[in-house]
Amino acid sequence: MKRDQYAYFPGCTQEGTAIEYELSSRKVAEALGIGLVEVEDWSCCGSTPAHTVDRLLYGALAARNLAIAEKMGLATIVTGCPSCLVAFKSALEMAQDDETRKELHELVDIPFEGNIEAKSLLQVVYEDVGVDALTEKVKKPLTSLRLAPYYGCILTRPPQRAQFDDPENPISMDRILTALGADVPDFPFKTECCGAAFGVPKRDVVLKLSAKILHMAREVGADAIVVACPLCHQNLDLRQGQINAHEGTRFDLPILYITQLIGLALGFSPTEMGLDKHLVDVDKLLRKWEGEPKT
Amino acid sequence: MRIGVFVCHCGTNIGGTVDSHQVAETAKTFPHVVYATDYLYTCSEPGQQEIQEAIKENDLDAVVVAACSPRMHENTFRRTLERAGLNRYMFEMANIREHCSWIGEDKEANTRKAIELVRMAVAKVANNIHLFPSFFDVNKRVLVIGAGVAGMQAALDCADGGLDVVLVEKKSSIGGRMAQLDKTFPTVDCSICILGPKMVDVGQHDKIKLYTYSEIEDIAGYVGNYTVKIKRKATYVDWDKCTGCGLCMEKCPSKEAFDYHNEGVTPTTAINISFPQAIPKKARIDPEYCRYFTKGKCGVCAKVCPVKAIDYEMQDEIVTEEVGAIIVATGYGLMNIEELGEYGAGRYPDVITGIQYERLLNASGPTQGHILRPSDGEEPKRVVFIACAGSRDASLDRPYCSNFCCMYIAKQAILTRDHIPDSEVYIFYMDIRAPGKGYEEFVRRAQEEYGVQYIRGRVSRLYPKGKRMIVKGADTLLGTQIEIEADLVVLATGMQPNTSDNPVPTQVSYDDYGFIAASSGKPGIHGAGCARVPTNVSECVQDGTAAALKAIQSIARR
Repeated sequence: MKRDQYAYFPGCTQEGTAIEYELSSRKVAEALGIGLVEVEDWSCCGSTPAHTVDRLLYGALAARNLAIAEKMGLATIVTGCPSCLVAFKSALEMAQDDETRKELHELVDIPFEGNIEAKSLLQVVYEDVGVDALTEKVKKPLTSLRLAPYYGCILTRPPQRAQFDDPENPISMDRILTALGADVPDFPFKTECCGAAFGVPKRDVVLKLSAKILHMAREVGADAIVVACPLCHQNLDLRQGQINAHEGTRFDLPILYITQLIGLALGFSPTEMGLDKHLVDVDKLLRKWEGEPKT
Repeated sequence: MRIGVFVCHCGTNIGGTVDSHQVAETAKTFPHVVYATDYLYTCSEPGQQEIQEAIKENDLDAVVVAACSPRMHENTFRRTLERAGLNRYMFEMANIREHCSWIGEDKEANTRKAIELVRMAVAKVANNIHLFPSFFDVNKRVLVIGAGVAGMQAALDCADGGLDVVLVEKKSSIGGRMAQLDKTFPTVDCSICILGPKMVDVGQHDKIKLYTYSEIEDIAGYVGNYTVKIKRKATYVDWDKCTGCGLCMEKCPSKEAFDYHNEGVTPTTAINISFPQAIPKKARIDPEYCRYFTKGKCGVCAKVCPVKAIDYEMQDEIVTEEVGAIIVATGYGLMNIEELGEYGAGRYPDVITGIQYERLLNASGPTQGHILRPSDGEEPKRVVFIACAGSRDASLDRPYCSNFCCMYIAKQAILTRDHIPDSEVYIFYMDIRAPGKGYEEFVRRAQEEYGVQYIRGRVSRLYPKGKRMIVKGADTLLGTQIEIEADLVVLATGMQPNTSDNPVPTQVSYDDYGFIAASSGKPGIHGAGCARVPTNVSECVQDGTAAALKAIQSIARR
């Protein structure tokens, strides 16, 4: 098996609302020597709807993608989306049971061993590339930017399944951002809930919870919040206008993906990193970084 | 050879899933077996009587009892044989309870297995020969490891009982955890006032040989004849000369050394006497911080010492002691606060541990007994305690209760209201565990007399807001979420036995968490205090006495 190559699973958002995550992930991976081989004919990971309805269906939807990745002869499947990651890890957990694995195999009709490893792209950058190697590649440090890392709920939890970073006080993004030269405040709400998928059935819950995160980011003086989850991004960026309308606030806080910031520090242009795709404007942030006089 | 087989029912313990009668009947067909029977409780007095009678009536040479584990009753039945005039080693036990009836539900299969176990025991005993004990001299000295309150009590009780005691303590002074405490519960007595005289007794007892700042390197031998290697760690101060005047501490230029006695609330000098009541009251250099050791030059203490006691060349020294019994009273440590990510993992200065708070309350502590919070030295007006911070938490591999936290929190809450009358005190708890004498009343006093507000629920997160900490949790009695702005947060962090990180250097049994097992597995070695079980001061004293008695028992014989 090739160790520096990873089966890459973009997931549904990467082709739509999180296109900038996809753009930046691929460019950054290439620059860091992370070989991403897209899973052929990949399909839905199972996501929230499946696992609330039928656990076996949830497992099977994820297992199809895992089985294809196994067939590609790669040891690790990597994705940028924590929700996809949890789906994969759940399916791999189910596959530990011989009976269940057989059922999954029958459903997907592709041989499925369940011995592939699933990681987030963040974990690959943090553990396989490493902060030291990353530091060496920084061309344009993020000096002068104060960035609040926001991990969300499932990137590190539940700890037995996630097997990554500290479940209550994760530090991987903190350390990466520090390595990029940014000023990283202690962000107390780094694992609070953003409201997740409640945006559809109970929007006011999301608006309230996400507003708390924005409040805290402003409290610690952050210029932007950094995320590693398309759903967190959606709630904090896409819904920031709704939050302002609902809460009577005037937030104007850019929400960036961790890969976008790594890319900027590695020397990619803001457009290459898809910074023009956000709803909350990042111009002010970029001007501060590039040292232009404040307006 | 004439063998008798006695199969026990142990009520339904064995009889429920093994046909004991059939086992006995089958045993009758085994070679050498001339007598076999089954009995409801073989270990009972009539049960043993029946064995004795059967031995005489059937002229038996050897006996097999099919019953429980030999750990339970091997000795019981050996004595039965002796009473009937047989050699005690012409006996074997077939374990048809722990190894058979308790672990299988299929009565027929169990019975088959029991028959095989008995067949093996019969074959074994048929080859047994008469054995006779030999006699050797027993060393009547006792080693006590750890000079906290449990170890000191054990040492004093052994010494007062006339035995010579070797007492080894890893810190530079005896006293242990209790010496760090401000008050005891439920009497709110001054802790050091109770402990101090006991420490003096230990220090002056002519039957107690004290090694402080020393650790056990090796234990070899067996009950009655243990050889112990003790490492006397270099203090860089000649304690024969040191008078404990403290001049070196006044003049030492390195003032950032970690203060173990004050739990790092404030730093201390590189050469120091750990606390005013220390015994022995001798200075020690911490080479990690001493400028002579870190920078290669200084020597201030050597210059100012009026008795020329400083010796930078001092080396660790190994001494050997011979003892007969050993008491392990190595005490407990507290979990690392960094394990508690949701409570800040140690990154918030105004989130401290219970033992640190104890030092803040203490008149000889870093703040002279004024409660001042670490971040800015201001007096906190709202203090929140969080019980079970890391105890009763399976996710942190500490599913057990730390035992003493509920009570010391109640005590610290009362003291907080005493020290700062206009303060508000909140306690988040899971359950209030106050089963000791006067304990429940004490907790009620905290609630009713001192107005301490108990909130049943867990705290999910602590985070700073300006100069205060937000305590975010649940009130499960009201069924609501709650947020409290606190000036200071005190965590009742979980305890763990020191033996979990530093086991005794010999084969001793521990439980899953490092506590010394009830039966240490090594005759003559006994656990005491928090090395054995999470326990409080008064129970440690009792446990020290109990361990002393066990030690005396194990060497009082031949």
